[in-house]
Amino acid sequence: MDTMPSPRGLSGLWMAVKGIVEGLATTLGMMFERPVTIAYPEVKRPVRPRFRGRHELKRYDNGLEKCIGCALCAAACPADAIFVEAAENTDEARFSPGERYARTYEINYLRCIFCGYCEDACPTEAIVLESQYELSYTDRRTAILGREQLLVPVPPGSQPTPQRVAPHSFDRAIPDMKDPE
Amino acid sequence: MPFDTAFFVEPLIKSVVLVLGLTLGFAYLTLFERRVLARLQVRIGPNRAGPGGILQPIADAVKLIFKEELTPSAADKVVFVLAPIITVVPALIVLGVVPFGPTVIIFGRSVRLALADLNVGVLYVLSITSISIYGIVLAGWASNNKYAMLGGIRSSAQMVSYELALGLSWVGPILLANSMSLEKIVEAQRSLWFVVWQPLGVLIFFIAALAEVNRAPFDMPEAEQELTAGYHVEYSGMKFALFFMAEYIKMIAVCIIGATLFFGGYLGPFVDRLPWLGPLYLLIKVVALLFVMVWVRATLPRIRYDRLMAFGWKVLMPLALLNVVVTAVVLVVIG
Repeated sequence: MDTMPSPRGLSGLWMAVKGIVEGLATTLGMMFERPVTIAYPEVKRPVRPRFRGRHELKRYDNGLEKCIGCALCAAACPADAIFVEAAENTDEARFSPGERYARTYEINYLRCIFCGYCEDACPTEAIVLESQYELSYTDRRTAILGREQLLVPVPPGSQPTPQRVAPHSFDRAIPDMKDPE
Repeated sequence: MPFDTAFFVEPLIKSVVLVLGLTLGFAYLTLFERRVLARLQVRIGPNRAGPGGILQPIADAVKLIFKEELTPSAADKVVFVLAPIITVVPALIVLGVVPFGPTVIIFGRSVRLALADLNVGVLYVLSITSISIYGIVLAGWASNNKYAMLGGIRSSAQMVSYELALGLSWVGPILLANSMSLEKIVEAQRSLWFVVWQPLGVLIFFIAALAEVNRAPFDMPEAEQELTAGYHVEYSGMKFALFFMAEYIKMIAVCIIGATLFFGGYLGPFVDRLPWLGPLYLLIKVVALLFVMVWVRATLPRIRYDRLMAFGWKVLMPLALLNVVVTAVVLVVIG
């Protein structure tokens, strides 16, 4: 039953008619406004700064990979979507400034829930959830992205990995190397 | 009198044109509704299939044709198949008595742009529209589904209540034209449209017509939130498409009848010299009325079922009766 008594008689009729006419005027007015629709495949709205899209494995400015293969991301992952297999760096073939690097780095996007815990766990800020959100696959195998697909391109003016470096130029397990700012 | 082949061929051609025209009209009314509704909701609407979405109805039709036809195992098979046909046929034949334009000359033969000029045309329209309720009730019954059944029962109750007001609202134009023939009613509006004499009648007609064709805010039989989809919940594929078609063709039919009874039908400036303007004027009037229907749908929420019945019996019917009495008395007094 009604909680508020509605007015009866002529005042009630007037209220009803007024309400209907006001409503009709409002919707008709909307017709002359610009549609808010974004025609998606042609027009793409930029994502928000903290948007969590597909992961990227970052590099330092000199081209070395930030990932040191510690697998903390895999440990932090609640969906068990990340698989990391580490291998030793040598001065002849150096991938990262640390002791080890990720020889295999796979993320299964059928499992990933884009929570960003891997980002939080990473000691070298190597893995970052970026802005790409158009992730669709036609079979299960292609939904697993490997390190080649996740790694960002080598910055201009630097060497790709593996690099040959001078002996003992990197001898820390976890590098404290920072990009020059 | 020499044997005239065209005498038999002419109604046949007219019927085919009418049925095909209505089917095409149904297809593009769905697009019209979706586009207009979208703009009223500050959206764009379907614009992908063809330029401006012009091929969308064809895409929909192809999809529906290739959909699986399901018949519930507990359904009454014969009635289940028959129900959509019973619903769609009256919607198609109801416009047989409506004039679409004045007499035109085609291949040296003067052709009246109407299938038939029945002297009780209004009565015919009213009785034919009532038949399609049977289809809806039978669909609800044959589906053997409680929601479909409730939808069917609701629609019959609603249509019975609103048909009285609808019929009474048509009495005004009948009295003013002194005829039940739609042709004569249109001709009687040559000087002034009946909407001027019957403002209340038009309002009652429009509200009752919305209820009659189950449009929002009176779309009780298919209230999604309460009845999932109402009487056609068990229907799929082309059988569903037939219900859809009936609903939209009824919208068109009701708008054509409304335009004919109250807005001068095919009449408009220069229609005597250029008779082909007649159907065009009618089309413009019908599109305007259809726009109002979509506009109302975009604005008003569905009203509660008991309110719907109360409004029909306690407000609309007495008002329509009053309208008839006043019209009749005024006509007698003026002469």
